[in-house]
Amino acid sequence: MSILVDRNTRIIFQGITGKTATRMAERAIAGGTNVVGGVRPGRGGTRHLNVPVFDTVAQAAEATAPDATAVFVPPQHAADAMIEAIEAEIPLIVCVTERIPVLDMVRVKAKLAGSKSRLIGPNSYGIITPGECRIGVMPDRPHSPGKIGIASRSATLAYAAVDQTTRLELGQSTSVGIGGDPVHGIGFAECLELFLADEMTAGIVLIGELGGSDEEEAAALLKAEKPKKPVVAYIAGVHAPAGRRMGHSGTIDFFGDRSAAGKIEALRDAGATVVDSPTLIGHAMRQALWRL
Amino acid sequence: MNIHEYQAKTLLGKFGVAVPRGVVAYTVKEAEDAAKDLGGPVWVVKSQIHAGGRGAGRFKGDEAGKGGVRVVKSVDEVRENADEMLGAVLVTKQTGPQGKEVKRLYIEEGCDIARELYLSLLVDRATSRITLMASTEGGMEIEEVAAETPEKIITVDIDPASGFMPYHGRQIAFALGLEGKQVGSAVKFLSAMYKAFTSLDASMVEVNPMVVTGAGEIIALDGKMNFDDNALYRHPDVADLRDEDEEDPAELEASKHELNYIKLDGNIGCMVNGAGLAMATMDIIKLRGGDPANFLDVGGGATKERVAKAFKIILSDANVEGILVNIFGGIMRCDVIAEGVVAAAREVSLQVPLVVRLEGTNVDLGKKILAESGLPILSADDLGDAAEKIVKAVKEAS
Repeated sequence: MSILVDRNTRIIFQGITGKTATRMAERAIAGGTNVVGGVRPGRGGTRHLNVPVFDTVAQAAEATAPDATAVFVPPQHAADAMIEAIEAEIPLIVCVTERIPVLDMVRVKAKLAGSKSRLIGPNSYGIITPGECRIGVMPDRPHSPGKIGIASRSATLAYAAVDQTTRLELGQSTSVGIGGDPVHGIGFAECLELFLADEMTAGIVLIGELGGSDEEEAAALLKAEKPKKPVVAYIAGVHAPAGRRMGHSGTIDFFGDRSAAGKIEALRDAGATVVDSPTLIGHAMRQALWRL
Repeated sequence: MNIHEYQAKTLLGKFGVAVPRGVVAYTVKEAEDAAKDLGGPVWVVKSQIHAGGRGAGRFKGDEAGKGGVRVVKSVDEVRENADEMLGAVLVTKQTGPQGKEVKRLYIEEGCDIARELYLSLLVDRATSRITLMASTEGGMEIEEVAAETPEKIITVDIDPASGFMPYHGRQIAFALGLEGKQVGSAVKFLSAMYKAFTSLDASMVEVNPMVVTGAGEIIALDGKMNFDDNALYRHPDVADLRDEDEEDPAELEASKHELNYIKLDGNIGCMVNGAGLAMATMDIIKLRGGDPANFLDVGGGATKERVAKAFKIILSDANVEGILVNIFGGIMRCDVIAEGVVAAAREVSLQVPLVVRLEGTNVDLGKKILAESGLPILSADDLGDAAEKIVKAVKEAS
């Protein structure tokens, strides 16, 4: 078991003929991910990586019945691509694109409300259920099938947690990059709900950072649910200067944009183990699982 | 990206936001001419720097003197004050102790203030919508109002599908205690502000204060706009307003090489891949008793040249007494990083301790390149070990 994606998930790539998309689709196919088609306006009717290419997402949806789409489209066209996928009712949209204008994402979010789609990202490494399905740009190597669910805003810190849980032979059920953008798709609370309901997941790692209110929402859910599964969290940016944007987050500590210290407090108060270095995530999880 | 007050007011004015008449001046002569053109009887001489708190700020060497925003009553006074202010260094709460040199002034017509109010627009991450924020405490920083009297802040979320509706404006106007035809003026004002925000891909528009004049008019007395860097490609006219003099030279240089660099006050330079890991690296240096000199994310696809450039930018900060390179991940090739580090360290004949922690693709090759370089590079196994080593090395070296 896993969350959101597994060996049966049928995937299309939007922008499949692009350089990065081609490389990542190849890697996915090589690892057994079920890539069923691609979209590239103007290339409909051709084949790429031995799968059919379509002009529109609607055509690809009709012909291949995908469960998910991987959006590998440049930032200027990413909102267009995501809204096309929402209107084609693709259940899971994964967008790895960085540097999308925030007002474009405001429109995408409004379009998602009440739709049949769920969005992961943008500015995300994607989602992986090791050994079964990968949609995104993450490396394969440190991942291993197992029982820890990971949700992270940062890619590199997620890879660190993956590496540690692999070394400790815990492995990962699924790792989800919720993305570093201020306006994004699913958040920690939704990941947490999915991981809590997943039988395979024994423990959950949340890797957050200053800004936004995703961690606070997860803390509120934890407090209400009081789950038996241990939750280990790490929050980056405790010493980041106020008022500067560090690649990911806004850092204004008021009005829906909270400090790292406040997030740590909220998560601890809700019963999570919060470590003060990302190197301690794996050990903290192993200890928490032993205590059960 | 930030712009100056006078530029923000010009942009807002184009969208129909009521702003006072004014002229930008780079010289005393221009200031005097502007004052004559505007006609008086009251003028405001305003320092144009990218920092708030200008009115309460003081000029270096004249700490007992007047602030960075001055109300005067004659053309002669405009000239005298412009002469004092141009070229002087203004220190405000937001500039830090080093202050900022005033290179531009904005000469504006004075106005008769009955009430000062606060208005802003920004994207609220919690609701994923543009939010209108207002307060009766005009002139005060909104962060202070939020901390002390949060009940005085009114917010209204705007649904992006229907956009700004007049009732949103009325909601704000009535909550601010506006009356009579002021309500209609406020609705028009807010509608124009929203239009400017969405049309120009702003990330923030702040009018603090928005004033009600003695005659009951509503005017933006101050104006601040920030823009979404990711959307500048569709607004070349806005991108042209960038004032490079207002930016840190090292940060400016970094942005030209697509490096995300932010200068800080410490002495340990950092080079990291990934924004999250870069923040974590800074936190751990602090945790081990050190002080980071910068935030630097080299990104996922860095080349040897970009790594070398990043290295030089870190070293352009005279406070740097040691460097920590922390690379982890699959996308980044460790041999490329190692080659860039070695090339840059040779080129600048590195004088400070360097700790490198590499993990990921081609890690053994990367470590070999570092070891065979003959440079005094300390290798570290994990982030905690790396932070400890660099903090210790810097302490020993000083």
